[in-house]
Amino acid sequence: MKFDTIIIGGGLSGLVAGIDLSRKGQKCLIVSSGQSALHFFSGSFELCSLADNPYEGIATLGAEHPYSKIGAESIADLSAKVKPLFKEVGITLKGVKDANHWRITPMGVLKRAWLTMDEYGTVPADGVMPWKKVAVLNIDGFLDFHTSYIAAGLEAKGVECSVHAISMPELERLRMNPTEMRSTNIAKTLTGDLIGALAARINEYAHDVDAVLMPAVVGLTSSTDVVKLKEKVDRPLHFIATLPPSVPGIRIQMMLKKHFQKLGGVYMLGDSVVSGEFEGGKLKSIKTNNHGDTEFKADNFILASGSFFSKGLASDIDGVYEPIFGLDVDSLDVRSEWYERNLFDAQPYMSFGVATDNEFHVKKNGERIENVYATGSVLSGFHPMKQGCGAGVSILSALYVSSLLKTIR
Amino acid sequence: MSKNKIDTSFEQCMKCTVCTVYCPVVAVNPDYPGPKQAGPDGERYRLKNPLFYDETLDLCLNCKRCEVACPSNVKIGDIIQSARLKYGTHKPKLRDYILANTDVMGSLATTMAPVVNFTLGLKPVKSVMDAVLAVDHHRTFPKYAGQKFETWFKRHALKKQDTYNNKVSYFHGCYANYNHPKLAKDFVKIMNAIGYGVNLLEKEKCCGVALISNGFKDQAQKQAELNLSSIRKAVARGEKVLTTSSTCTFTMRDEYEHILGLDNADVRDSINLATKFIYELVDAGEIVLKFKEDYVKRIAYHTPCHMEKLGWALYSTSLVRMIPGVNFMMLDSQCCGIAGTYGFKKEHYQDSQKIGEGLFKQIIDSQLDMVATDCETCKWQIEMSTGVPVENPISIIADALDVEATVKANQK
Ligand SMILES: Cc1cc2nc3c(=O)[nH]c(=O)nc-3n(C[C@H](O)[C@H](O)[C@H](O)COP(=O)(O)OP(=O)(O)OC[C@H]3O[C@@H](n4cnc5c(N)ncnc54)[C@H](O)[C@@H]3O)c2cc1C
Ligand code: SF4
Ligand code: SF4
Repeated sequence: MKFDTIIIGGGLSGLVAGIDLSRKGQKCLIVSSGQSALHFFSGSFELCSLADNPYEGIATLGAEHPYSKIGAESIADLSAKVKPLFKEVGITLKGVKDANHWRITPMGVLKRAWLTMDEYGTVPADGVMPWKKVAVLNIDGFLDFHTSYIAAGLEAKGVECSVHAISMPELERLRMNPTEMRSTNIAKTLTGDLIGALAARINEYAHDVDAVLMPAVVGLTSSTDVVKLKEKVDRPLHFIATLPPSVPGIRIQMMLKKHFQKLGGVYMLGDSVVSGEFEGGKLKSIKTNNHGDTEFKADNFILASGSFFSKGLASDIDGVYEPIFGLDVDSLDVRSEWYERNLFDAQPYMSFGVATDNEFHVKKNGERIENVYATGSVLSGFHPMKQGCGAGVSILSALYVSSLLKTIR
Repeated sequence: MSKNKIDTSFEQCMKCTVCTVYCPVVAVNPDYPGPKQAGPDGERYRLKNPLFYDETLDLCLNCKRCEVACPSNVKIGDIIQSARLKYGTHKPKLRDYILANTDVMGSLATTMAPVVNFTLGLKPVKSVMDAVLAVDHHRTFPKYAGQKFETWFKRHALKKQDTYNNKVSYFHGCYANYNHPKLAKDFVKIMNAIGYGVNLLEKEKCCGVALISNGFKDQAQKQAELNLSSIRKAVARGEKVLTTSSTCTFTMRDEYEHILGLDNADVRDSINLATKFIYELVDAGEIVLKFKEDYVKRIAYHTPCHMEKLGWALYSTSLVRMIPGVNFMMLDSQCCGIAGTYGFKKEHYQDSQKIGEGLFKQIIDSQLDMVATDCETCKWQIEMSTGVPVENPISIIADALDVEATVKANQK
């Protein structure tokens, strides 16, 4: 079976590449083993969190960083496309291009963020708190959201908080088993007709406050329930991120996938690429678990298989390796240097990844593979946590590689 | 995997609850503990003490959508089905026996088809079945044909098959044999047109999917062994064994090993869905399909759960899309709710319809001439719930095929 481009990995990076290439008329296949890092998403895309202006932060990054390979000019062009792209998919993002705002973490701490899903509560770039008095609500028995942390964090910034837990009879069954009282299960219950009842419970605490904050536990498959809930609650309602799994992240994953398929892309979930056939400095075809002997051919391939977490990278006693093709990786030879003593320092292993040239071509045994590109968190040379650039690298490297590939009419 | 080895993939579970998001039963029935709990979490306890077994595991559809979604490759559905077979305490009912033994029922019914179809459709009979057997009265049993496919084949098609140099074997399954011989005839028609002769297997029994889900493990094992032995003979003759049902294919390729503990590695890759086989021949340039110009239809494809698990929807949809007059649409991949015999049971009827709701709505809203799907039970469910006709991609190809032109194009 032949495609224009085959993408290995259907997380944020693979899907953005697939959507952009499909828009250019390419026939694309995405193969993805399992669900992606989006299931753990905070609600905010980070571009670069080193400074108030993300582009100033980017200017300080070293030559090995994926942004430096893309180049300042292309970064500016491509980053302008992100908001419209997500709009097209059906996800509204807030935030401006060249100033980070602040997101509220599940620990109640403010962190820099670039673009945030519309339904989340954020603090503007200048750091001035937008509320004087808020109600912080939780769902009774939900342990992945700590109102006390959120309230403590906000109160330290001078916001008066009242904390309440609301219960709904429909959630009682989930409560009987604490391991089932998880964000996704709550979102599966609190949908459709129950949104009205939920709004009524929330409204009991929505007097004389500037806003109501609650965990992001509504809107698993579409934003319809979120919009409906916001309409019915008397005061502005904002979500705060829960501990994983992330309900809005799962929605982004589903909507990106749906959009890719709508554009004619083929998405094979639950299947893994296991090997490839190389010839004359090019990858000819790949094979997957489900399809046995069948070869999938393409002009170009994009490796968007994620980092250690998604098994795009792996390690054993001999070191770090890329498990599908055995591509060259950038890492450190001495294992003791992989970790920093202090857990909260940037861990060196986090910047390990597949070695690429400035156009993200991968290498095998030191030789450049002409038609295989790597994008997203499988790349080397960046620290998603320390530099606050995880989603930015995933999205922009994907758009950049897509811009190098041809348009088909 | 050997017969009694414990599947320890549950230890890979990192408790992310992603599986639960995609379970169709969790969405509609609060009594179901969900894949994480019924699967990896529960297994830990059951291994310590079988008393931890929970009868609500019977609510699992065995759709495997949880497995497809799990980032850690935990064989959640397999764990649940194996636990049901190992620890399940409730005795299968007469109803379960009737539903599970599709081929026994089929042989009886075919001989008396007009009577059976008539009786199964009668209101009083339906309410007796509802009350006594707990088969939901909303269901209409699929009609039984007057002549089995096997009988037709031996009388009308067998002789001709020797005239082809290329050969394949056909596992027709119960449905094509007893209820819908047209599908099997369509398959023979296409294969012959592209220059392939069709052999039946020396012996064929129901693949056993309904026996597994209704708790008849020993009988399922016996039938599986018999099928595997026939399949081995066909493979030894150099033939692929093709099917026209995604569920039979999935059962023989994966459940025989994972649930019944049989070693099928030697023939697994030779068991193939007909659409995959045909598509690959076209793709490799070995055959050509010619279609009628006046076949114009708007067709949407529904991905059966087991097709999703196989990952093969691509082949069936690519074939249907080759027909020039087809305006194609892909339906969202979601469970239709029937899951084989599950939706026939009175206690599951409501859940079954609720699970399929989203799919039915999308079908009704899409102004289709027809839905294409590779599973016979999805066909019943969708036809009953939407009124839109459903056909196997093989029947669609056969109806749209310009046989004469195809035969000519493939003569070497
Ligand atoms: C837990 C976690 C939380 C994060 N939260 C945020 C956040 O809130 N904001 C932010 O800006 N950044 C965040 N990041 C950074 C994150 O890396 C990016 O945001 C982004 O989601 C990564 O996308 P990706 O597509 O590169 O990789 P992934 O999302 O990891 O996707 C890789 C995909 O490839 C598949 N795959 C792997 N091997 C194979 C194979 N052999 N065959 C087929 N498929 C394969 C995997 O199953 C997976 O679906 C987070 C990272 C992690 C790990
Ligand atoms: S998806 Fe897999 S890893 Fe996650 S909870 Fe379910 S079984 Fe465990
Ligand atoms: S097999 Fe289907 S019904 Fe059973 S637990 Fe998994 S997703 Fe749910």
